[in-house]
Amino acid sequence: MRYSAFAILKNALRGNRDWTPAWRKPEPRNNYDVIIVGGGGHGLSTAFYLASVHGITNVAVIEKGYLGSGNVGRNTTIVRSNYRLTPNTGFYEKSMDLWRELSHSLNYNVMFSPRGVLNLAHTPGQMDTHAERGNQMRLMGVQSELLDRDQVARLNPGLDVSGSARFPVHGGLLQPDAGNARHDAVAWGYARAADQLGVDILENTEVVGFLKDGDRIAGVEVMRNGEPMEIRAAKTAVAVAGNTGRVMKMAGVDKLPIETTVLQAFVSESIKPIIPTVTTFGAGHLYVSQSDKGGLVFGGNIDYYNSYAQRGNLPVWEEVTAELIAMFPAFARLRLLRSWGGVMDMSMDGSPIITTGPLPGMYLNAGWCYGGFKATPASGWCFAHTIANDKAHRLNEAFTLERFKDGNPIDELGAGPTPWYH
Amino acid sequence: MRLTCPYCGPRDHQEFTYRGDASAVRPVLDNTSIDDHNAYIYDRTNPDGLHRELWNHTSGCRTHIIVERNTITHDVVSCEPVGPFAEQLK
Amino acid sequence: MSGFRLNLRDGVGANLSDNAISFSFDGKNYRGLEGDTLASALLANGVSIIARSFKYHRPRGVFTAGSEEPNALITLHSGGRTEPNIRATEVELYEGLVARSQNRWPSVNFDLMAVNQLAGKAFSAGFYYKTFMGPALQGHKATRFWWLCEQLIRRAAGLGRGTTIPDPDHYARMNAFCDVLVVGSGAAGLSAARRAAASGARIIVCEESARAGGALVSTPDFIDGEPARDWSADQISELSAMDNVCVLTRTTVQSYFDDNTFFAVERVTDHLSHKDKTSPRQRAWNIRARSAVIATGALERPMVFAGNDRPGIMLADSARRYAIEFGTAPGRAVAVFTNNDTGWLAARDMAKAGVIVTAIVDVRADIEPSIRSIGEECRATIHSGSAIKSVKGMRGVSGIVIANYNELTGELGDDSKSIACDCVAVSGGWSPAFHLTSQQGGKPTWDAELQAFLPGEPLQKWHGAGAMAGEFGLTRAFRSGEEAALKALADIGVTIPKQAAKAGSGPDIDGDEIDYAPAPVFEINSGGKSFVDLQHDVTAEDVRLAHREGFVSVEHLKRYTTLGMATDQGKTSNVTGLAIMAAASNKPIADTGTTRFRPPYTPVAMGAIAGEKYGHLAAERLTPMHDIHVDLGANMYANGPWMRPETYNLPGETVEQAYIRETRAVRAGAGLVDVSTLGKIDVQGPDAAEFLNRVYSNGFAKLPVGKARYGLMLREDGFLFDDGTTWRLDEHRYLMTTTTAGAGRVMEHLEYYRDFVWPDLKVALASVSDEWAGVAVAGPKSRDLLKACVKKCEVTDKGLPFMGIVDGVIGDIPVKIARLSFSGELAFEVYCGAHWGSALWHALMSAGEKFNVVPYGLEALSTLRIEKGHVAGPELNGRTTPHDLGLSGMVSSKKNFVGSVLLQRETFGKEDRLQLVAVKSLDGQRIRGGSHLVAGSKVQPGGSQGHTTSTCFSPELGSYISLALLEGGYKRHGEKLFATNPVRNAHVAVEVISHHMVDPEGGRMRG
Repeated sequence: MRYSAFAILKNALRGNRDWTPAWRKPEPRNNYDVIIVGGGGHGLSTAFYLASVHGITNVAVIEKGYLGSGNVGRNTTIVRSNYRLTPNTGFYEKSMDLWRELSHSLNYNVMFSPRGVLNLAHTPGQMDTHAERGNQMRLMGVQSELLDRDQVARLNPGLDVSGSARFPVHGGLLQPDAGNARHDAVAWGYARAADQLGVDILENTEVVGFLKDGDRIAGVEVMRNGEPMEIRAAKTAVAVAGNTGRVMKMAGVDKLPIETTVLQAFVSESIKPIIPTVTTFGAGHLYVSQSDKGGLVFGGNIDYYNSYAQRGNLPVWEEVTAELIAMFPAFARLRLLRSWGGVMDMSMDGSPIITTGPLPGMYLNAGWCYGGFKATPASGWCFAHTIANDKAHRLNEAFTLERFKDGNPIDELGAGPTPWYH
Repeated sequence: MRLTCPYCGPRDHQEFTYRGDASAVRPVLDNTSIDDHNAYIYDRTNPDGLHRELWNHTSGCRTHIIVERNTITHDVVSCEPVGPFAEQLK
Repeated sequence: MSGFRLNLRDGVGANLSDNAISFSFDGKNYRGLEGDTLASALLANGVSIIARSFKYHRPRGVFTAGSEEPNALITLHSGGRTEPNIRATEVELYEGLVARSQNRWPSVNFDLMAVNQLAGKAFSAGFYYKTFMGPALQGHKATRFWWLCEQLIRRAAGLGRGTTIPDPDHYARMNAFCDVLVVGSGAAGLSAARRAAASGARIIVCEESARAGGALVSTPDFIDGEPARDWSADQISELSAMDNVCVLTRTTVQSYFDDNTFFAVERVTDHLSHKDKTSPRQRAWNIRARSAVIATGALERPMVFAGNDRPGIMLADSARRYAIEFGTAPGRAVAVFTNNDTGWLAARDMAKAGVIVTAIVDVRADIEPSIRSIGEECRATIHSGSAIKSVKGMRGVSGIVIANYNELTGELGDDSKSIACDCVAVSGGWSPAFHLTSQQGGKPTWDAELQAFLPGEPLQKWHGAGAMAGEFGLTRAFRSGEEAALKALADIGVTIPKQAAKAGSGPDIDGDEIDYAPAPVFEINSGGKSFVDLQHDVTAEDVRLAHREGFVSVEHLKRYTTLGMATDQGKTSNVTGLAIMAAASNKPIADTGTTRFRPPYTPVAMGAIAGEKYGHLAAERLTPMHDIHVDLGANMYANGPWMRPETYNLPGETVEQAYIRETRAVRAGAGLVDVSTLGKIDVQGPDAAEFLNRVYSNGFAKLPVGKARYGLMLREDGFLFDDGTTWRLDEHRYLMTTTTAGAGRVMEHLEYYRDFVWPDLKVALASVSDEWAGVAVAGPKSRDLLKACVKKCEVTDKGLPFMGIVDGVIGDIPVKIARLSFSGELAFEVYCGAHWGSALWHALMSAGEKFNVVPYGLEALSTLRIEKGHVAGPELNGRTTPHDLGLSGMVSSKKNFVGSVLLQRETFGKEDRLQLVAVKSLDGQRIRGGSHLVAGSKVQPGGSQGHTTSTCFSPELGSYISLALLEGGYKRHGEKLFATNPVRNAHVAVEVISHHMVDPEGGRMRG
């Protein structure tokens, strides 16, 4: 059923009885052209682009829990391409291009909202680094504006721009056409669109092992409804974010340049619109925006330790709220409604991996750190290209697994091979 | 999360700096193999379960400890001092 | 509904005193009594519509009497104290309190936004996802259409209105430790606290309400012959008087973190009319408990039926509590609708308090005779085996229509019967409040007997007690509280002999013994609009629509319909919602599962979480000479944690004019700059030389005593990490300096190698950054200046050669002087004990007077080093190698060191890497920070070939210059490029030159 205002009215008149499932709940077949392990944003978008761009529709997406149960459903919904280093700027701008059309491509309103992403600067030196990044963006065809303090103040009336702030605001870098999208809708929209193109989405199906033909990965072994089952495929792709270590071990890849940590996210009670843009603090690590429902959605640093628990600890609570109300002192009386955690696949340089291998018949999409949501469209688009052609696209050719050992990290922060500092 | 420092006793993990996987051991000084060094720097088992990891009590006595901790439950199984004074601290 | 104040007497209005209080709601003045909540006072004043719902803007009243309230949200105060979305049920009334309704226009009684209801069924779950995509025109028009709609939707959404005026109040934090934390002070919590306290263990008891006692506060039962309320008050006083017990009321335990770390918030002054300004508004408690007893009770849940959101419909036990605790009748004629025995008790207690209970409607056909007799006792008509089919009235309740109900099929009969009433008190059973333990990941299990989820297996040291653990009723609450306390004591190694444990157990209880299990009825489906989540307007039909569209997992249900995502987090709606989903899926509730509760338990002011950090985000680090800089009129600015002088502006001078003047003065004569912020590490031990030799890329083994050396530190991956000079003070003693920003991480880096990599080396490290104050004296006159004030040592070229170190005295101040140059001029760094810092500065300034010495700030410091071509933070960006910065000479090939192996990787030898050069403006235009180097015009710049790192006006070259990283830069000196800066609207023609711009041979600093 095609979604539209007309469909809504028509169905409302019939008591909403005729709506059908957004995607099928098919039984798995024994054989597919491509298996994608992981029914999160990246896995689903990969399936969609495999089907829609490359015509490969005999695809299964295998998800352990409910669809979108990983980071696509627990992030702070920020969509941007304000990167400094060329491979990143190009890749994320491709994502922006796909975001702009996504609701139409999927016939599903993902509520992409280009409200602007503003990075604050608190020293003259930071203004220069922001300028350096903004100029890189401009030279790569990405919109960016360097704002002075007064412009920042006009944009965000609640922001403390006074000289008496502990870290006074000097200005900021604005990507005016970046913004937010509704995270769950992205997962559901891709799922529904991929499903309509013939992709089988297998929820509650856990990969417990990989099938091998000699050295070659030939599919997966799954548990479904408590029963084991083998599903074979010529190509097996893995896009499981924080669970990359777990899943790749089943394939015999014991070590990767990835460590898993927990990142907490926070939402306040709903209030009427109060901050128009996504805003980030420059004298710490904090990003905040306001959801359409009215909640302030924010987050900061990861909890600095390896973790597979989808929950974090108190120090990050204190730090994150302290930074938020240092930026917006009026928010001290607003109330935190909920916090949650997601597990992050932190790579050794803070940039992702989208590649063929590391085993024959296998493809890997990982290392998203905490920037995976905005990448969802481009990640799937590039991964689909890589799977279909057995070769990276120009946009993801730098995102290899070998780059670390070759000495070619893509290290935006220059923090070095310490994953939890990225 | 609370870690037990051999000098200072049980303390909140906020007082410590995380230094990562303690199974990543630097090759000896005269080992000049690029592969060995690459493995030390980049290869991580990243286990879901018990993890031996290094923490520095930076906001306290600055002793390093090796913590054995479950990465799923965050249960701390043991905290052992390392370094030149480790033996005296045990 | 028209609530009213009952005749207050013993047991009616127990919380109230005689003191009248005036307050206002929506600009109208009302009177309440001390002890009222805003909700009870509004009810007593007959105010029924208090709020509007989120989506449809339907009129809503008070639904509960506690923190689980979904409906009665209001805005408190004004200006910087404005607080939206406050639950009226939790606000303790005080003189002059000002409250407003919210999310309505123009008023809560007449809200035009209620037109949303007309969209009716079109406004169902998932509505937004299916439309607003706009016409599929080319380009980005689609996005623009949603963007336009979104602006309107955002304005309509949201609840109350926040403010942009800063919060004038302050917050505090308490770090507390205890043996046993008891959460909740009802029957179970009290008995646990009593038992645990008797052992001498350190106990903290946290109670969410103003009054400890939980259900004991309002139950008609007797304990040890006393009314339960009095008995609990006595117990609390006894506990509070014990040295090992801390009882905190108005304190909600919000979150349960790892290793029994609890986060609680105490509301210190919120309830006071005159707030003591020295007290924090709220205090955050970080409680580390060795064990815990969780006795948080249970939350009543409603049954869902058509029209169940009208003002006047509230939970039965809440209605009861309004009568007993607040002496307020929730209506003139109350009908009770229940599926369990507690609804009957509510009816009885209300009737006893003087409330007219007209009818009791129970979905169960079979009612215990002892319960049935209650109906007669309160002279209500009894309708067993019946259910509410619809509710009469639009903006309140004027009556209900009931019909026979078949418990097995869930069908209603045709025998409609009307009952006149203005309030419906509904009970659909009780849900244990195990939110805290669920936060920790304990998976709840469904108990079909109790029709409730119970907390899962403990993953940490906690023990459930009372209704939270499914132990309903006072007798079981007391017993389970005792048991939980004993288990908690066992956790901390205190065992109490069985005999002793028994002897003290349980008080004598005289009260109701009933079955708390409800009939498994969650929804009466009669076709009308039935709300599951009242605040978010999620209806039973929405849940079924989600099912129809395949959103059947509980998480999908939540996310698709927004059920349970409102400010009450579904405290009264989650179980009902998933029961309806289970029914639609034809699955047992146990298989449907439940979502995980996430912290906090109730919404928490962000100021309280930040605690003392509100207004004090980070400590300011000040050098010992800070006040002098301020007195000299320096532009101080926050550079990381440090406050540092940018420039010392003369009147009328701009920053640029000031730094140019300062730079000229240094190169012409002498200048002083405060370098106390540099990291300093004392490195000692017989293996100190070997250790340094391993962590620096250049050789340190042969550095003689009395000499300093510039050192480069690499990361293991071969990239530059930090730089600085290290001074050999003695055979086995060195003083290492690091960059200001790198001080902390260099120390950690060294400690890692000392402790973990080479513990066999005999070397000790101590951070001494704060122990030393330092002043750099730079300029051709610097030696003369020092000569004029330094005693007990030679500062001549012979006595103190380049990179030499001497000990001397200036006035009374013992100093260490090293001849180092960051500026390229003849220069010295003079260090002394931090407490001598200002004295040293003054001494150097007065000695320098005749040499026209100037103080210079970071801008001039930076300008001097840029001209000289010295690298600093902007070049050490974590992506550069020694070779990239022209420092290959600093990389020893004779030894292995940290980073030496991976530095050999092929990629680092590539000629097109970004390499350090300088660029000089060719047209007099300023090169702005953050420029990129391109070959093309402003309009068509072409791709970036590199970027500037540190820019300034160079008085020496008479031109704007910048250090830059340029692809293959070493071979491009003399090339003409553009420093383009689109975000700063600049495009400057530049020439690539060597980064050694001043005195490349080093004659000046060696002179």
